[in-house]
Order: sequence, then C-alpha cells, then structure tokens
Amino acid sequence: MQKLFKYVRESQIWKSVFRHGYPDTPRNRTLAVLSNVFLHLHPVKVRRSGIRLSYTWCMGGLTFFLFLILTLTGLLLMFYYRPTADRAYEDIFALREHVPIGVMREMHRWGAHLMVISVWLHMYRVFLTGSYKPPREFNWNVGVILLVLTLLLSFTGYLLPWDQLAVWAITVGTNMARATPLLGHEGPLASALSFGGIDFIHAGDDVRFGLLAGRFVGEGALLRFYVLHCVGFPLIAATLMAVHFWRVRKDGGISGPL
Amino acid sequence: MHSLLASMLPGPLCAAALPVGGGGGHVDDGPVAAALKHAANWLTEPTRYSVASILGLIAVLYFRRFFSKVWVVTVFFALSTAFFVFAFQDPNFNAIITKPDNVPIIILFATVVFFSWLALRRAVINDERTKRGEPTLEGELAKQKVFTWPDLVYSELICLVLFTAAMLVWSILITAPIEEPAATARTPNPSKAPWYFLGLQELLVYFDPWIAGVLLPSFIIVGLCAIPYIDTNPKGNGYYTFEERPFAISFFWVGFLLFWVSFVILGTFLRGPNWSFFGPFEYWDLHKLEPMVNVDLSTWVWVDILGKPRPDNPFVREAPGIVLLIGYFLVLPPLLGKTVMRKMVTDMGMIRFNVFMHLFLWFVLIPIKMGLRWTVNLKYFIGMPEYFFNV
Ligand code: HEM
Repeated sequence: MQKLFKYVRESQIWKSVFRHGYPDTPRNRTLAVLSNVFLHLHPVKVRRSGIRLSYTWCMGGLTFFLFLILTLTGLLLMFYYRPTADRAYEDIFALREHVPIGVMREMHRWGAHLMVISVWLHMYRVFLTGSYKPPREFNWNVGVILLVLTLLLSFTGYLLPWDQLAVWAITVGTNMARATPLLGHEGPLASALSFGGIDFIHAGDDVRFGLLAGRFVGEGALLRFYVLHCVGFPLIAATLMAVHFWRVRKDGGISGPL
Repeated sequence: MHSLLASMLPGPLCAAALPVGGGGGHVDDGPVAAALKHAANWLTEPTRYSVASILGLIAVLYFRRFFSKVWVVTVFFALSTAFFVFAFQDPNFNAIITKPDNVPIIILFATVVFFSWLALRRAVINDERTKRGEPTLEGELAKQKVFTWPDLVYSELICLVLFTAAMLVWSILITAPIEEPAATARTPNPSKAPWYFLGLQELLVYFDPWIAGVLLPSFIIVGLCAIPYIDTNPKGNGYYTFEERPFAISFFWVGFLLFWVSFVILGTFLRGPNWSFFGPFEYWDLHKLEPMVNVDLSTWVWVDILGKPRPDNPFVREAPGIVLLIGYFLVLPPLLGKTVMRKMVTDMGMIRFNVFMHLFLWFVLIPIKMGLRWTVNLKYFIGMPEYFFNV
C-alpha cells in the first residue's frame, strides 16, 4: 500500500498536477495553498481565533457550500425542466412521480431555503463581531449585494414549479412594484408623468410590467425568471463571491482583535 | 402529506397528522391542555406578540449575564421542545407546522436563538475579561497563527461532509411539495409572498405598498451598505462584545431579530386567510373577519377636533399630517443635532449624522405607526388616495 502511494505520488502524471511534495512540511503546506487556484483564495496562515466555529459559526463557508450544491443540483434539474407554461408543471411533477428516491429537487429546494438562512446568520455574525469596520467596509458592501442576490435567486426560483404556490407568491411579491413612486402605475407621483391627458406610466409599461413581461404572472414572466435564475444571477453571484473571498484575504484575513 | 415522515411517527402523532376534516378543527382537550392552548392563542395576538417580543429582547439584553448561562438556554430549548411535542398533537397546529416548506422556519428559529445566545455569552465573557484587563477570548487565540493546510482546509472538509449527509437525509425523508397547477383565475387565500419577505408583507398591515414594499426594502439595503461608514466607533472589531458598542448591538438585535425574524415567524404561522390573525391552535376559518375601524389623522383633526367637514382640497385636508411629517423628518434632525445629540454631530460630522438620522427616523416610524394603530386606530398620517400618496 505504502509503496503504491509512493509510486503514484512520484509518477509524472501526479507531479504534473501537484507541483509540490506531500503537505506535511511548512514549505509544502505553503505551496499547497499557493499553487492551487481554489485554495489560494485562502491566506497561507490564519489566526487561530478566526477559524474557530464559535467565532465564524462557519456560516459564510456554509453559504458558499450551499451555493455549490445548488449549482450542481440545479444543473441536473435543468436537464428535465422546460420553462413554458404548459410544460413546467408537468416536468416538475414527473420528477416527483417517476424518480424513486429522487433527491435532486429536494436538495435544491431545501438547500435554497437554507442558503437564505445561512446568509442572514453570516451577516448577523459579521455585524456582531464588528467585522465590517475598517478595513473591511468594502467587503461588507460586497456582502450586502450578495445578500440581495441570494434573495433574488430564491425569489426567481420560487416561480419555476409553476404551481399555485409559485404563481401567487410571485404575484404578491411583484404587486409591490406597482406602487413604486414615479415608475409604478399605482405609485405616488406616477400621475405626475402625464402630458395632455396621456399617462406615461400605466399598467402596460410600468416597472411591474418590466419585471413580468406582462400585466400578470404569465409565460413571459416564467421565461424571464428562468433565465435570470439559471444564468443571470448565478453568474453575477459567483463573480462577486470570488471578489468577496479575495477581499477577505486581502483585508487581513478573518477579523480578529489586535 | 409527506408520507415517509408520517409513517415514521408514533401512533398518536400519526393520527394527529391526518388532514383536518370539516369539523372546524375542533378538538376535545383536557382542561389543562385547553387552558394552555387558549393562553398561547391569546399571547400570540399581534399586539401582544410584538410588545412581548420587544420587552423580551430588552430583558435579555439587560439581564444578559443571566441569559447567557448555559443552563438557561438548555432549559429554553427543552421547554420549546416539550411545547412543540405537545402542540404537535393538535390538528390545527399540526396542519401548519408540518408543511414541508415550514421546516426551514423552525430551523431559522432554532439557529437564530442558539447563535444569539452564543454571541451574547461570548460578549459577556469578553466584557468581563476586558474589565479585568485580560485579553478577549479571540485576542488570546489571535496571537497564534496556523497553516491553512491542514488546519483550515480539513475543518472545511469535515463541515462539508457532515453537512452533505444531513442534507441528504432531510431530502430523502421529506419530499418537496408541489401544489395544484397554476391558475391565474383562482386566488388562494391566504396568498403569501415567499417566507423571507413575510416581514415586509406584515408591514403592509400598517403601511401602503409603496412604503412597505418599495421604500422600506430600499432603505434596508441602503442602510446596510451605510453601516460601516456611519458607525465610527473603532472598538469591538474582531471580537464579541456588548458594552463597547451597546447601541449598535441593540439596534441590530431589534432590526434583525424583531422586525425580520420574528415577523417572518408571525407571518408564516399566525397569519391565515385575508391575512387575519390566527393563534397557533386556532382553525383557519375563511370567514373570520376583523373589524376595520381605522381613522385618518385628517378625520380627527377636522371632524373630531374642529367639528367641520373635511375640506375638499387634498392638500388643505391633509395639512395636519404634512406638517407633522415635515416636522418629523426635516425639523427633528437639526433640532436634535443642536441639543441632545450635539456630541454625536461633532463625532460623526454633518453628513454621517444626517444620513444616519434619516434612516433611523424611518426605522422608528415603523414601531410608532404600529403603536398608534394598536392604541388609537390610526390609519394614515397623510391619506391622499388621489395621488396614491398615503403615509
Ligand atoms: C452569498 C453570500 C455570501 C457568501 C458565500 C459569503 C462567504 C464568506 C466567507 C466564506 C467568509 C469567510 C469568513 C466566514 O465564513 O465567516 C466571509 C467573510 C465576510 N463576509 Fe461574507 N459571504 C456572503 C454574504 C455576505 C453578506 C450578506 C455580508 C454582509 C452584509 C458579508 C460580509 C462579510 C464580511 C465583512 C466578511 C469578513 C469577515 C471577517 O473578516 O471576519 N458576506 N464571507
């Protein structure tokens, strides 16, 4: 066994991938982190206080991990799901009826709920430890955008099963947009934007119409939400997460007293 | 019903998990159980629920040394579990609590309570250490540095494996629900937004959509972004503490725990058809009506106080409310800045102070309006339906 491991580790293939020895010396441990594009978002050394569960609650890490689970399960779901008004419900229903012990939809749904919870708890922890204070003000702001994106991801996904729960939750949620000042047709000041008796803002062109691609939650909204949910928001979120982690490192690692 | 979970429950629970018939959800309880349920229904009525939450929060922060003890939180969780098991056998409670999509809300509640306790405990310990001139819990460890590989990478990996296992078990046990196909003509009652927005939907009881649904969410985002630039207190960076930043911590507790988490719980479990209030043991009766007796400020001033009909011109009619709100938002900040908050202005500078004050006044307007609604049935400070401008 020992011999086999040694043989593998000294083969040309292994060495071409990992350009350092087994990480059991300071030098190799440093290299393990520095030469790996993913690990390299971490600093080489961290304060012991910063990696304690009782300090970070691991909530940022968990949020990121949930994002990965959701990406993976979401990708698999996309193989079976067609975002049209007459197919969407059927496809989701089929997943449930025809797949024994299917867990992809479950993992995706429960994971999505959990991600909202963990991102809140992460923000809560960052606030309570004062970790937004200089020099981390900017990263806190990146975080706020990530929080909004997490909610948007969840919100757009909510519509996709195309059942009563989905359609009406989105209806209730987007009804708010009707009341946007100036830009919603039932919002304050919208009537100020009318010239010679012609309203500029009405139910057919206000922000809610823009969100839903229609006057109510219909096929246009489904497609729009689908594209944002599967492509738009994940891309932005992934990019910002990279920035977020990079800044955690560049701002001096996980915060700590000193 | 998620069959797997149901079939795993012991007999009495399983019977309770059966759908409630048309009997109005009536249950025959012993006198103790009935009294307990009655008390729970009574206490969770929105006014009492909110007031009790506020008082509870103040008590926890004030008596934090007591509440941060290990046995206190243990007893709390034990009692909650006992209550939960008891309540689970009630068909009305059971019907709402066992909805698969409500499981996360229970997780939210448990984790938020636990982590708040943990943070409070560490804050209490740290504050005591600081008073004695010792380094904080974090400060002691921060001097040591360890290698990312293996210390951090391994604990990340362990977290990941355990967590994946838990997710898998959950996913196998509880099937994701799907309701009837979408039908735009049939509005379900109640229609609820996704659970994480229920705090905002709750505010719709007190404010119009343009405030509860547009303005306040925007202010929350802007306010969160502004926090690091407004909070100029350099202390408490990188460790838990309460005494070095009492205002910031209390503020966030009220905002996050009260206005966000507790309203999500209220909206999920205690709001039924027509967004009427239902106690946890109450049957969701479609026909429960709550009397609407709310009055505008303008009606009081013109009709009740001056004894005249309300003027036709909306601006004259609403003048009392307009003056009041202008006073609140435009006169109050400089007034406070010149008097009691003078020190804050010099510490923070004009711009920070003003940004903070305006966000803060909006924040405070929420409990003010809620209080006025409960006590004197205030509907709007300014009610101009002509322009969709109701505050
Ligand atoms: C998709 C969402 C997010 C992900 C995946 C994420 C991930 C992480 C991770 C892995 C860390 C390292 C420390 C830890 O685990 O606590 C971190 C730190 C941090 N996060 Fe986030 N985060 C997210 C959202 C947020 C939000 C909503 C905020 C605040 C509004 C925020 C602010 C911060 C700050 C300031 C730090 C540095 C903390 C310190 O140095 O102690 N992040 N984040």
